[in-house]
Amino acid sequence: MTRLITRRGAVAGLTIGAGGLLSGCDAIGNNKLFREALIFRGSDWNETLQRALMKRGALAPEYRPDQRSPIFRTNGTTNPGTSAYAAHVANHFADWKLTVDGMVKHPLSLTMAQLRSMPTRTQITRHDCVEGWSAIGQWTGPHLSMLLDLAGLRDGARYIVLHCADRLYGRNYYESIDLLAAYHPQTILAWRMNGAPLQIGHGAPVRLRVERQLGYKQAKYINHIEAVSSLASVGQGKGGLWEDVANYDWYAGI
Amino acid sequence: MEEKGGAPPKLYRHRLATRIWHWLNALVIFIMLGSGLMILNAHPHLYWGQYGANFDHPWLNLPRWPGWLTIPSTYNLALARRWHLTFALILAFALLIFMIVSLINRHFQRDLRIRAREVAPRHLWADIRAHFAFRFHDPDRPGAFNILQKISYAATIFVLLPVIILTGLTMSPAMDAAWPWLLDIFGGRQSARSIHFICAALIAAFIIVHLTLVLLAGPVNEIRSMITGWWRMPEGEGE
Repeated sequence: MTRLITRRGAVAGLTIGAGGLLSGCDAIGNNKLFREALIFRGSDWNETLQRALMKRGALAPEYRPDQRSPIFRTNGTTNPGTSAYAAHVANHFADWKLTVDGMVKHPLSLTMAQLRSMPTRTQITRHDCVEGWSAIGQWTGPHLSMLLDLAGLRDGARYIVLHCADRLYGRNYYESIDLLAAYHPQTILAWRMNGAPLQIGHGAPVRLRVERQLGYKQAKYINHIEAVSSLASVGQGKGGLWEDVANYDWYAGI
Repeated sequence: MEEKGGAPPKLYRHRLATRIWHWLNALVIFIMLGSGLMILNAHPHLYWGQYGANFDHPWLNLPRWPGWLTIPSTYNLALARRWHLTFALILAFALLIFMIVSLINRHFQRDLRIRAREVAPRHLWADIRAHFAFRFHDPDRPGAFNILQKISYAATIFVLLPVIILTGLTMSPAMDAAWPWLLDIFGGRQSARSIHFICAALIAAFIIVHLTLVLLAGPVNEIRSMITGWWRMPEGEGE
């Protein structure tokens, strides 16, 4: 047999093969079966593995004041921009209502003054955006678990949904976390940042800090907290705005 | 392919575990590099330290990677993450299994052990000159890896791949809570992200050199040996 496969031929073959593989990846990545069998399952596998490796209450690292980012950039919505929100800003959020309802025994409706009178936790933590950047800042606010205990979760409640005043893709922002994250000791409703009232760009008057997950879970401009038994009825069913509109993973620990 | 007269002797060079791992990696690393570049497109700036974002000083600003290099080919961070974080599990567990099997079947001890006399400057220099003369095999032991091969394989298996896996884990906020020492060994999440990229670049460089040397050493024999395990000794170099 003669040399049918020359070196030059092999180089060309490898190059064409690699190009073909790459364009093939688009077709495979859009294939429903492949998504459901593999790449959309990976997030569940990672969540299961991380849960197995992690103590329930394991704390996200906390930093010294001098380790904070000099400028903590904003992201996502930097101002809800609605006339209702502008009125709240003008009024220093005196009429802002934070309601807690859904599968709870005693629905709550709290003013910011009431929220600010609750005992707080202060933590200097790292905010990790899904895009790759990180910023370190100090956050102060009551434990989310304190509000949930005041409202009293009913049996069957499994997720906490945060409804927000900012709008994206024609709907109000929403995110959800499970009870493990909701009752984590670093999960707080922050109304102070770096020793000052939370700025508009960072979600004034109150935002979530859930420190073992990525930035898109840190819902801003929160006015409604809802306990639910399933995520099926939340938005389009994937548990959050970015999950619904762009297929981001619901589990944002990685 | 060069069967005239007496066929050159064959050597069983690559065990099944090595071959399976090799071809699995050919696929998985291809996917990791493509999806990794897409993820990098979301924020193509690298920093040292615990934090790093737009108002901080990057040590490296990268170009936007073109669609023919990324998975998927048009901007989609969510889908690239799905590819990357799923195949990362395959990469990591395949490496772990390969390492255990290669200790048991003694592939590491037999084929990758670097001996002191091999890293003596004279020996290294002789091997570098041999590479430039396109002589890749020791006539006395044609099946053995030469020292440059051993160093690059060992560095990839024992340094680059473990470090790229651990720096990947360091970027996970949940893993930083579970294993805070990850941040200590790499000096922060943004340092880990930078090291992750450097390792990826070195793995890409390894692949380019590896493919070039396969072509120079005789692609048919080399690729066939990685499929069947059997490698035909170079003519004139066999016993």
